Amino acid sequence: MKGSNHHKAAPVDYPFFTPGVWVMLGFMLVGLAFVIARYILGLGGVTNLTNQYPWGLWIGVDVATGVALAAGGFTTAFLAHILHNDYYEVVTRPALLTAMLGYTFVSLGLFVDIGRSYNIWHPMIYHQPNSVLFEVAMCVMTYLTVLYIEFIPMVCERFIGKVNLPGPLASLNGFVDKLLRFADKFLDKFMFIFIIAGVVLSCMHQSGLGSLLVIAPYKVHPLWYTPLLPFLFLLSAIAVGFPMVVFESFLASKSLHRELEMDVLSSLAKFTPILLGIYMAFKIGDLIHRGAYVYLLEGSVQSNSFLVEMIFGVIVPFAMLLSKKVRQSPMGLFVAMLLVVLGVALNRVNVFLVGFLPAYASHHYFPSIGEMAITAGLIAGLMFLYRACVTIFPVLPVVEKVDEK
Amino acid sequence: MKINRRNFLKITGIAGGSLLAGREKTAEAKETKEDFGDKWGCLIDTTVCLGCRKCEEACNKVNHLPPPDTSFEDYTVFEKQRRPDAKSYTVVNRYFKEPDAPDKKKEPIFVKVQCMHCNDPACVSACIVGALQKLPEGPVAYNASKCIGCRYCMVACPFVIPAYEYHNPLTPKVRKCIFCHEILEKGGLPGCAQVCPVEAITFGKRRDLVHLAHFKIRENPDRYINHVYGEEEVGGTSWMYLASVPFEKLGFQKLGKLPPPRLTETIQHTVFKGFVSPLAFYALLGGVMWITRRKKKNDAGKEE
Ligand code: SF4
Ligand code: SF4
Ligand code: SF4
Repeated sequence: MKGSNHHKAAPVDYPFFTPGVWVMLGFMLVGLAFVIARYILGLGGVTNLTNQYPWGLWIGVDVATGVALAAGGFTTAFLAHILHNDYYEVVTRPALLTAMLGYTFVSLGLFVDIGRSYNIWHPMIYHQPNSVLFEVAMCVMTYLTVLYIEFIPMVCERFIGKVNLPGPLASLNGFVDKLLRFADKFLDKFMFIFIIAGVVLSCMHQSGLGSLLVIAPYKVHPLWYTPLLPFLFLLSAIAVGFPMVVFESFLASKSLHRELEMDVLSSLAKFTPILLGIYMAFKIGDLIHRGAYVYLLEGSVQSNSFLVEMIFGVIVPFAMLLSKKVRQSPMGLFVAMLLVVLGVALNRVNVFLVGFLPAYASHHYFPSIGEMAITAGLIAGLMFLYRACVTIFPVLPVVEKVDEK
Repeated sequence: MKINRRNFLKITGIAGGSLLAGREKTAEAKETKEDFGDKWGCLIDTTVCLGCRKCEEACNKVNHLPPPDTSFEDYTVFEKQRRPDAKSYTVVNRYFKEPDAPDKKKEPIFVKVQCMHCNDPACVSACIVGALQKLPEGPVAYNASKCIGCRYCMVACPFVIPAYEYHNPLTPKVRKCIFCHEILEKGGLPGCAQVCPVEAITFGKRRDLVHLAHFKIRENPDRYINHVYGEEEVGGTSWMYLASVPFEKLGFQKLGKLPPPRLTETIQHTVFKGFVSPLAFYALLGGVMWITRRKKKNDAGKEE
């Protein structure tokens, strides 16, 4: 199915260590130091969490936003593999890689966040089907496995016939090669099972994340609290998938000095006004139906944050992307897609942090330096691994290198 | 109390929404199926409580909680509103009948705060591993060895009760009143109810407590307002309160009757019942994938 004649991907041929990479390593080290502090001092030592605000930056950003922004994986898989739209094949591999790394880091973030990290596997034996979090955890876990399986063909492509393990492991070369060949054959036939599963699981847990706070009607600000939260989370995840792919392509092209696949990206952007428009329609319709628009001009942090989210994160990029000119100009496309990405990210932050107003809290939660450092470290780690993966494996399409020397 | 009014609006809004029509029915169904009258409960009469903090001390003792920051005889703690925390399952707060009256005429009202042991507890429904359980006798108990520390129970609790041991790096626990269930099972009384010198805390079957509460209100209409807090809030709670002034003036939130778990569990169970919808979705996508592939093959064939 991943016929190699449709597109060619190859390991990136660009020096791995650049000043930017060292900066990333720096962030990772600082983050790691705070992780160590967290396991010595406890969560209270490095976070600003309280009994009223049990969830902070790590859940709002690392988990909720991380999962939403990894939506490029299942949306491109749907477009290119389920609808068999080969034209978009080129974007599926980088999107898959981002999703795979994204979910890996979501899990890492969760691991650090939960009080008893070593019990993280407990949901597998203590099932609690009434719990939304249980459903989300199971879906995320399964989906992460599916993503790793979907990545195997790239490993096969890179190493079949070229297995060369160092030192004493060299005797295993033949065996590993056979294993890879078998996996490749098997997956070539049965990959569709995993691709469909990936889309189903994604829809389940993207909406599941939205259900998480439905159980707390007295804590979430009415601008966001609606029984439709799961549905809105799903719609926004679908809408943010392609913008995220475009955004990553820009980043990759900048940092690896590659030509942009503008034609594919512009065509991809055609879908965004439709998907974003559906999200916008439901979001505004829900606001009117519930009568919650009366809070819009409340002047509070919450109402302002909601306005920013809706205007700059939804309405402006929606209007921009309707224009073909914007979609075809690299600058216009980048700005519009970035706005969508930031808008959905802000939505998650709004629902989980800004709009979370529990009774009896003496002050509103704001993340500590330690929380920010660990989040920054995780993001840097993700970017670092992304770079490592595209350097080792055939992920990015073969394109002209930008000649600047 | 801006938030309270706003939330109230929100809840009524939800209940009126068509989306929830089905959900409310389930809530009723559940209530008729399960009778909470037989479960243990406590009725706290805030018009009787002296604010002696003996219950705090007893709770600390019977539950082997860490020593308090200041002694239980220290009454300056009343200057601030406190919440139950990692070291205390229950706290007593002081309010005034007429907060604006001159100091000498101020009549204090003391309110003991602890887990309400909801009939349909949000914390139990939320807990990812079932570490929190509503025991058949009524108490909501906690099993630390199952707990992963996700703190979703704290997010879910409408009364903002569970606290966390944030300063324990490796084996933190969720802390909240457990209704002394081990003592109750042996036929004893909750530590706090046992020690109270004026019997402000009445222990009994929930059904009897509801009757008692309404009896007291009927007999002393001047002493009480006509509201038993916890009788209907979030579907009813095992612990209930009587008061002489509206509960909002005593730090209680205005909450609707719908138990929060009915909001999520219904979504969970309709969408995932028997895994039908995910499987149907899977089949649908499989069908689409098959059709688009055939079309692609046909197109390729025509071109040749
Ligand atoms: S008051 Fe909160 S912690 Fe106690 S049973 Fe109800 S939901 Fe659970
Ligand atoms: S913190 Fe523990 S008790 Fe609370 S929901 Fe998570 S696993 Fe359950
Ligand atoms: S019932 Fe037991 S655990 Fe709860 S407040 Fe009273 S003494 Fe403490």
